[in-house]
Amino acid sequence: MKDIEITGRGFLDYAPAPESTAILHLQDSYGLFIDGEFVDGSGGSFATVSPATEKRIAEIAIASEADVDLAVAAARRAHTRTWSKMSGSDRGKYLFRIARLVQERARELAVAESLDNGKPIKESRDTDVPLVAAWFFYYAGWADKLDYAGLGANPRSLGVAAQVIPWNFPLLMLAWKIAPALAAGNTVVLKPAETTPLTALLFAEILQQADLPAGVVNIVTGAGETGAALVRHPDVDKVAFTGSTSVGREIAKAVAGTHKKVTLELGGKAANIVFDDAPIDQAVEGIVNGIFFNQGHVCCAGSRLLVQESIHDEVVDRLKQRLTTLRLGDPLDKNTDIGAINSKEQLDRIRSLSDLGEQEGAERWSAPCEIPENGFWFAPTIFTGVSTSSTIAREEIFGPVLSVLTFRTPAEAIAKANNTPYGLSAGIWSDKGSKILAVADRLRAGVIWANTFNRFDPASPFGGYKESGYGREGGRHGLGAYLAAGGSSSERSERVETKGDNK
Amino acid sequence: MTRLTIPKTYKLYIGGKFPRSESGRSYEVLGADGGFLANASLASRKDARDAVVAARAAVPGWSGATAYNRGQVLYRVAEVLEGRRAQFVQEISSSEGVTAAEAGRQVDEAIDTWVWYAGWADKFAQVAGAGNPVAGPYFNLSVPEPTGVVAIVAPQGEASLLGLVRVVAPALVAGNAVVVVADEAHPLSAISLSEVLATSDLPGGVVNVLTGSPAEVAPWLASHSDVDALDLAGAGALEWVDLEIAAAETLTRVMRPEPGVPERSLDRILAFTETKTVWHTKSLI
Amino acid sequence: MTMQTTALAPAERAIRVLGGDLTERSLRQYLEGLSGVDAVGLEQRAASLATRSIKTGSKAWALDRIIELIDLTTLEGADTPGKVRSLVAKALHPDAGDPTTPRVAAVCVYGDMVPVAVEALGAAHGDPDDGLVSVAAVATAFPSGRASLAVKLADTRDAVAAGADEIDMVIDRGAFLAGNYGTVFEQIVAVKDACRRPDGSSASLKVILETGELNTYDNVRRASWLSILAGGDFIKTSTGKVTPAATLPVTLLMLEAVRDWHRLTGEHVGVKPAGGIRTSKDAVRYLVTVAETVGEQWLQPHLFRFGASSLLNDVLLQRQKLRTGHYSGPDYVTID
Repeated sequence: MKDIEITGRGFLDYAPAPESTAILHLQDSYGLFIDGEFVDGSGGSFATVSPATEKRIAEIAIASEADVDLAVAAARRAHTRTWSKMSGSDRGKYLFRIARLVQERARELAVAESLDNGKPIKESRDTDVPLVAAWFFYYAGWADKLDYAGLGANPRSLGVAAQVIPWNFPLLMLAWKIAPALAAGNTVVLKPAETTPLTALLFAEILQQADLPAGVVNIVTGAGETGAALVRHPDVDKVAFTGSTSVGREIAKAVAGTHKKVTLELGGKAANIVFDDAPIDQAVEGIVNGIFFNQGHVCCAGSRLLVQESIHDEVVDRLKQRLTTLRLGDPLDKNTDIGAINSKEQLDRIRSLSDLGEQEGAERWSAPCEIPENGFWFAPTIFTGVSTSSTIAREEIFGPVLSVLTFRTPAEAIAKANNTPYGLSAGIWSDKGSKILAVADRLRAGVIWANTFNRFDPASPFGGYKESGYGREGGRHGLGAYLAAGGSSSERSERVETKGDNK
Repeated sequence: MTRLTIPKTYKLYIGGKFPRSESGRSYEVLGADGGFLANASLASRKDARDAVVAARAAVPGWSGATAYNRGQVLYRVAEVLEGRRAQFVQEISSSEGVTAAEAGRQVDEAIDTWVWYAGWADKFAQVAGAGNPVAGPYFNLSVPEPTGVVAIVAPQGEASLLGLVRVVAPALVAGNAVVVVADEAHPLSAISLSEVLATSDLPGGVVNVLTGSPAEVAPWLASHSDVDALDLAGAGALEWVDLEIAAAETLTRVMRPEPGVPERSLDRILAFTETKTVWHTKSLI
Repeated sequence: MTMQTTALAPAERAIRVLGGDLTERSLRQYLEGLSGVDAVGLEQRAASLATRSIKTGSKAWALDRIIELIDLTTLEGADTPGKVRSLVAKALHPDAGDPTTPRVAAVCVYGDMVPVAVEALGAAHGDPDDGLVSVAAVATAFPSGRASLAVKLADTRDAVAAGADEIDMVIDRGAFLAGNYGTVFEQIVAVKDACRRPDGSSASLKVILETGELNTYDNVRRASWLSILAGGDFIKTSTGKVTPAATLPVTLLMLEAVRDWHRLTGEHVGVKPAGGIRTSKDAVRYLVTVAETVGEQWLQPHLFRFGASSLLNDVLLQRQKLRTGHYSGPDYVTID
C-alpha cells in the first residue's frame, strides 16, 4: 500500500478549494443609497477591508447627520406618497422579486459576504444567503394578510423605520430588518455595520433591479455616529437594533420619552446544557456548532457549556478530538470551518478576555491550527475548570471561546443557566423528552434549542429575555413589531404627550 | 344612641403581610370634602425594595401554577370583592366625592374586570403563541411566558379601585408578580383590595401594594435591576422620561404613561410576557 | 428469567468489556446503556461532511485509494464461472488503458464461486497490503440469513475451505428485532469460530447488519457494538439486496462505534459500506467521513472497504479525466 502522502501531509490536509471571486464585480468606491440612487456622502469615507488579508476591498462613504436627514426625508416621502398607499399585494410582489433576485445572485452575495466579513464561504453560501432569500419570501406573503397579524383588522404601518445592524451576519440581519418592515408598509433607513457594509450596497443594486420605488429603502454607511444620528432622528417612528447590550442600552435611553417603537436584539451568554443521557455524538456536534459557528460571532452562541459532572471528562475529551479536525483559514476556501475574526478590535477583545480567563485560573486549550500570517485569527479555544464567577463565564466574548462548567442535577443546571443578566438562547441535550420540556419551561431565554443548536427560520420568532433585549424578529411576532393596531392604538399614541420628541 | 366606630389602620401590603412603612412615616388621606379619612403608610425606598424581594420570591410559584389554577384564583378575587362591595362603595364615595351609584358602577366594573382577565389565563397563550412551520425536521413552538416582576404606577386621581385593578389584573394573568404604587390621593381602596387579595387564595407576594408618593418611590422601582418590567400607566404627571431612562439601564421593559383608566385589553396581558420559542428535533428513526 | 441469565459463549472481547459473567442480561444491559442517537443531528453531520470539496492532488489520491478499497462484487443468482473470471480480470486490471491503475482490494462472490475466483486470481491471490487481491465470500444463508445455525456454519466452512480470505456474514435481523440479542451474539461467535482454518489462522469476518432492516439508528448502534463484542473484524452496512443500503449517516454512525471501540480498547475494527455507492463523488464523501471521524489511518484495506460493483467504472472515468484533462465516456471503460 502507498502511504498517505499527498502534499507531504495527509488526506485530511485537503488541497485548496477556493471559491472563485470572478463572479464578483465590485466598484472601487460606494456612495450612500438614498432615494433610489447612489449619492456621495458628505461625511468623508473609509476603506472596508478583508479581515482575512487586511487588504482594502472598496472605499465606503460616511453618512453625516445631514445625509441621515436626507435619507429619513426620502423614507418619509416614500412612505407618505407611495408605500403606505400601495396595496399589500403589490408590496408583497416587490418582496417576492427581491427574494428571487437574491437567489439569482446568491453565489455572488456569498462571496462578497465572506470577503468582507471573514466568515467561511460554506456558511455564507449554505446558511446566510439562503436564509436571506427565505426571509424575503416569508414576509412577502404577509404583506397582503396583515389583518391576520394579531393586531385586529386594518393595522397600520408605523412609518419610517431606523434600522442598525451588526457585522456578524451583515446581509442576514439586513433581511431580518427590511423584510418585515416593508411587508408591514414601513419605509426604511438602514445602517450596516462599519466593518461590513459591502453586501448591503450590493443589496441596494438588487433593489434597483427590482425597481423598488425610490426612498422605500435607504442605506447609509458609516460608524457609530451615523447610527446614533439615525436612531435619534425625530422623524423616525420605529427603531430596530441588533448589536451589543451596551449600545442597546444607549438606544433605549435615547428613545425614552418619544413615540418611537423599539426592538432590540442584544448580547447573550447562552448555556448549552448537556445531560448524562444526551445523544453524545450529536451533543458534541451541537457544542461545536453552538460556539464555533461563524467564529463564535453569534449573539445566541452557546458560550457556556454546562455539562453534567459525571460525563465532563468524556465530553471534553471528545470535544478536543473533534476540534482538531476543524480547519481554520481562507474564508473563501470551501473546506474552511473557521474563518477570520471580523476586526482587529474584536480580536483584541477576544484575546484580552481569554487571557483574563487564564489569569482567573481556568485551564485553556486551543485547537492546534496554523494561524495565517496576515489577517485576524483566533484558534478555537475551550476553557475548563471555569467557575460561575469567572469573567469568561459571565461576559459575552463574541468569539470562538467556550467556557465549560459542570452541574450535578437538573435543578442546578437550570439555576446556573439562568444566573446571568442575559437571556437570549439556551441548548438542552438529553434523550428524555419529559426532562427536556420541563427544563425548557424553566429556562429564562427567548430561544431554546433541544438536541440542536443555532437553527434559524423566518417562521420562528427570535429574541431575548432580560438584558438580551426586547421584541421578537421572525414569524408573526416579528411582523407585529412593525405594526400598530388599527384604531385604538393610533388614537392612544396621539393622546399621550410624548415629551421626549420635543427634546 | 350612636355607636362609636372602629377606624381601620391602613398599612402596606408586602409579601402577603400588612406592615407599616419601615420608615415609620404616614400621610393624611383626606376626603373629597376635605375632612380627615385616615393615615396611610408613606412607603419608602426600602419598602419598595422589600416589595421587589417579596415579588421575586413569589414568581416561581405563581408562574408555575397551572393556567387553570391562576384563572380560578383571579375569579376568586372577583367573588370576594363582590362580597365586600358595600365597603368599597363607601370608601370610594367618601374619598373621591362621587355618588354611591357612581362608586357602585366603579366597583362593578372592577369586579367584572377580574372576571374578564380570569378567563384569559388559560387562553392568551393559545392566541399569542404559535406552532411555527419551519423548513426542517423540527418541532417548533412559541409560547408567551411571564416577564417576571412588574412594577406599576397605578392611575392617579380618578377611579382609584378600577384604575388599580385595570393595571394589576392583566399583569397577573400570565404569572407575573406585581409591585404597585397606588393612587396617592385615594389609597384606601387599594389597601382594602389588598385585604381581598389576601383572602382570595392569591399567594403572598404575588401582589404588593405601596401607598404614598409615586414621585418618591417610582425612581427606585424603575432603576431596580430585579424589576423586569415597568408600567408607567399612572406616571404621566411624573418625570416619567427619567424613569424610562433609568429602566433602560437594565433593559427593563417599559409601558409608557396612558391617560385615564386603561381599557381591558389582551395587549396589557401580552405586554408583560416574553415569547419563548422551543425547537426540538423530529425523527422516526 | 433463566434465559436472561444463561451464560453466553465466552467471546474474548465481550468478556474484557462486560466481565466474566457474560449473560444475555449483561449483554442487553450494556447495549441498552449505549448513548442514544439523534437522527436529525446525525444526518446533519453527515450532510456537512458531504460538503467537503476535494480537489486536485487530494482528488487524485482519493480516486486511487477508493479503487484500492473496493470489494468488487457480483452476487447474482445468474453468476457463472465466466462472469466471476471476468470480474477477477477487472479486479486485477481495472483500466486496460492505464497500467498505473491500482488493483481493487478483493472480489466478493457467493460461496460456491470461491474456487473459481481463487483459480482465476492465481498468483495474484493474497493480501491487498501486498498489492494482491483477496477473495471474500458471502455466507450464512446470505442475504436473508433465514437458515439453521448448522447450515450457516456449513456455508461458512465451505467457503473458508475453498480459499476465501474473508467471510461476509449476515446477522439474524429477526432475532435482533425480537430483542434476542444473545442469539445474534452466539451466532456471530460461532461463525467466527467457523472462519478458523486448520493451520490456526482465520478468515477475516465481516458482519453485515443490514441496516435497512434494523431501521433505527439506535438499533444500528446496538448492532454495531454487539457485532464488535462478538468478534467481528469488520462491521458492514448491507447486503445490497435491501433498500436503503449504505447511507452516509449510517456509515458515520458505524464509524463512531468503531472509533469508540478504539478509544476503549485500542483495537481497530473495520467498516464496510456496501450497496448504493455508485459515483466517485459519493465515495469521496465516505473517505472524508472516515478521515474526519476515525482518522485517515483507517483508509486502508484492513480497516475500510467499499462493497460495490458499478462504482469502479465511475472512478476510472474520473481518473481518465484527471489524466487527460477532458471528460471520458462509458465506452472507454470495460463493463466488467
